[in-house]
Amino acid sequence: MAAAHGIEAQSLVRVFKNVRAVQGIDLTVAPGEIYGFLGPNGAGKSTTVHMLTTLLPPTSGTASVAGFDVVKDGPKVRAAIGAALQEAALDPWLTGREHVRLQSALHGIRGREQAERADELLTRVGLTHAADRKVQTYSGGMKRRLDLALALVHRPTILFLDEPTTGLDPQSRSALWMEVARLAREDGVTVFLTTQYLEEADVLANRVGIIDHGRIVAEGTPDALKAQIGRPTVEAAPSQAAELGALAAVLERFGEQTEAAPGAVAVRLDGNGDLADVVRALDAEGLRVENLQLHAPSLDDVFLAKTGHRLEGDEQVEA
Amino acid sequence: MSRGSVLSVAFALAWRQLTILRKNPSLFVPPMLFPLMSFTAFAGGLSRLRHVPGFEFRGGYTAFQFVFVLLQSAAFGGVFTGFGIARDFERGFARRLLIAAQRRSGLLLGYAFAALARWSLVAVMLTLVALAAHMQIGGNGIDLFGLFALAVLFNLVGLLWACGIAMRFRSVQAGPLMQTPIFALLFLAPVYVPLPLLEGWIHAAAKLNPVTYLLAAGRGFISGDPTDVALAFGVAVALALALSVWALRGLKRAEQIV
Amino acid sequence: MTTAGEVAVIAWRSIRRTLRQPANAIVLVFPLMLMAVNSNGLKAATHLPGFPTDSFLSFFLPFTFIQGALFAASTAGTELGRDIDTGFLNRLALTPLRGSALLAGQLGGALAQTLIQALVYLGVGLAFGVRFAAGVPGMATLVLLALCIGAGFASAGIWMALRTGSGEAVQSQFPVLFFLLFISSMNLPRNLIEVHWFRVAATLNPVSYMIEGMRSLVIEGWNGEALALGFGLSIAFVLVAMTASTFALRKRMART
Repeated sequence: MAAAHGIEAQSLVRVFKNVRAVQGIDLTVAPGEIYGFLGPNGAGKSTTVHMLTTLLPPTSGTASVAGFDVVKDGPKVRAAIGAALQEAALDPWLTGREHVRLQSALHGIRGREQAERADELLTRVGLTHAADRKVQTYSGGMKRRLDLALALVHRPTILFLDEPTTGLDPQSRSALWMEVARLAREDGVTVFLTTQYLEEADVLANRVGIIDHGRIVAEGTPDALKAQIGRPTVEAAPSQAAELGALAAVLERFGEQTEAAPGAVAVRLDGNGDLADVVRALDAEGLRVENLQLHAPSLDDVFLAKTGHRLEGDEQVEA
Repeated sequence: MSRGSVLSVAFALAWRQLTILRKNPSLFVPPMLFPLMSFTAFAGGLSRLRHVPGFEFRGGYTAFQFVFVLLQSAAFGGVFTGFGIARDFERGFARRLLIAAQRRSGLLLGYAFAALARWSLVAVMLTLVALAAHMQIGGNGIDLFGLFALAVLFNLVGLLWACGIAMRFRSVQAGPLMQTPIFALLFLAPVYVPLPLLEGWIHAAAKLNPVTYLLAAGRGFISGDPTDVALAFGVAVALALALSVWALRGLKRAEQIV
Repeated sequence: MTTAGEVAVIAWRSIRRTLRQPANAIVLVFPLMLMAVNSNGLKAATHLPGFPTDSFLSFFLPFTFIQGALFAASTAGTELGRDIDTGFLNRLALTPLRGSALLAGQLGGALAQTLIQALVYLGVGLAFGVRFAAGVPGMATLVLLALCIGAGFASAGIWMALRTGSGEAVQSQFPVLFFLLFISSMNLPRNLIEVHWFRVAATLNPVSYMIEGMRSLVIEGWNGEALALGFGLSIAFVLVAMTASTFALRKRMART
């Protein structure tokens, strides 16, 4: 069931003492959309989320979530949203089931409905087998899944996920992505997802907003953002180093030379041919290549183009 | 002092411990506060006990309690260092130390140096407060040296006990195991009145308690009437030796996780 | 959900996790150890002229309740501090939970712990020969007073947690409250404290009256003045600490 309203923010600012953590955010998230909020550590992602989830009043600017003003209608906003924030925020001494029951009770869900809801959510996030174990025995992935279940207890129409897969292994991350995609696709839940992982934004988000130093520096679908940066790059290394010049001459027919690894040549394709054409041309010249790669622009390239530096988190992941 | 020798490892670790303390002055608060609180409560609140028939002590109740609190602070100074060792294990830093140290027994020595340095500040503060409270000192310089030497040994005892626990359990949750036996040793002794004035089971327990002899000697030192000095130092050294074995065995257990 | 319902839910959680932590058993045992040691180690004090009883255990027993209440308060404060540290408070803030219900519910665990401790200490005291001058109603009154005192200290612990936002910070600040215990009539009646400044401090210290209120039930019987002071000061303590906690919670849980 898609909501009638999504998320809107106009000139949202948050100042902490003399630090302007958020310097004027304007964004709109349509109902049922997955919006990826991408940026490095300290960019202002979590602060923005805290304001939109009513945990922090904005210094200035306005925002509405599910049609309610975040400052004037805090309780109504909270009734409409679920949030899995940066910390898993679980009590190590309670079991998974007890957590769901606590959350349900606080949202006014009682009796048999409470028990049924607990079973349903724990099954959905794959925690049935561990439901009656204390959370201190859970792995990181299990804690994140429980966190998601707790955010969904009261069937919110808008879900805030603040770096939900940080620290998870690839399998757990993948499972969480599938669940988030399913929530948006089948249940029409609007998802506001903050992340420092490019792949996550690329895979999940319908639209991405890139934030740096408290401002949105780029916004759009992942494909549109990448297309802004440019066309793909082809990079090749010859089997014999002496043929480097000849290789460069062939590749330059297809675009302008650009930065390449040592001993290799790279060109940005200018539309005069694609990878298949490049391969045919090299073959026609009798040039053998040891290595041939096609680099499509990434969101990191978008970030680099817009801010002059790369995303830290992405560097950490790739390292 | 060659690279990787026991002493070089010890000094390196002691430097690290003291740097942490220097950057986190709040860590001084508990080991400083509890002895001062005890001293204030006992010397200030219980001084009338010296009027109990049979209470024979030359030095005044303030001095009587000062000796107990000095030994208490020494022992718990060692125990607090044990908490730090347990925290190092929990945070993974101990593994780094065990890998880096060529002579791992130097780690124990380093923690001992740090515990002693930290406690020294407490001892100075406690002594100043006691002097400000007009504590009577009947002993001479050698007597006072003897008193503080006993306390130094007891600091080592507290550390070695706590170290052995920390290295076996490798978690701050073992804190009560570090503290409780030391607490029991201290309080099953003539804390408030001399041994002859204790009655019942506590008298029997105190007679068997090694701390009783440390207290007796310490009180003898401060009042200028040294008593059973050889016995006290013998007990202290024996405790330290026995607990050294305990701590070293704990270190061996901890090495197995590296 | 009604406020009472919310209080019950938070109290349920607080009680459950308090009882599930093995370390909390230590706080049951430690005061008993101190009671055993002090009641025997200070027996000689009963030979002092003017000492009100010939059983130091009877004299010292009330202090054990106070100490237990302090430990329970430390637990309450530390747990709330951890909730703030780990973000669990944010989780609660995103629900309709009222702030007042959160505060009242947090007391639940502390009071459960205080009650269990009080019953154990009472049992141990009776087993070792303590006779209540105020009889069985006096025992019930003692437990009630212990709960009031426990609520007071727990409220203080909650306030510390809300101010500092950290379980570790609460634990490190608790020695200050222990100091209040030490500078009191815990070991000797105030009229037998020799050192003038100590006697004055003990006279000004509200904890002395809490101890004396409880002590009166054991060694005197029904002393209206002592009970009025004991109950009055502990209830005042609760009110002051809870008011301070309310303001601190508004700052800490700055939801719109």
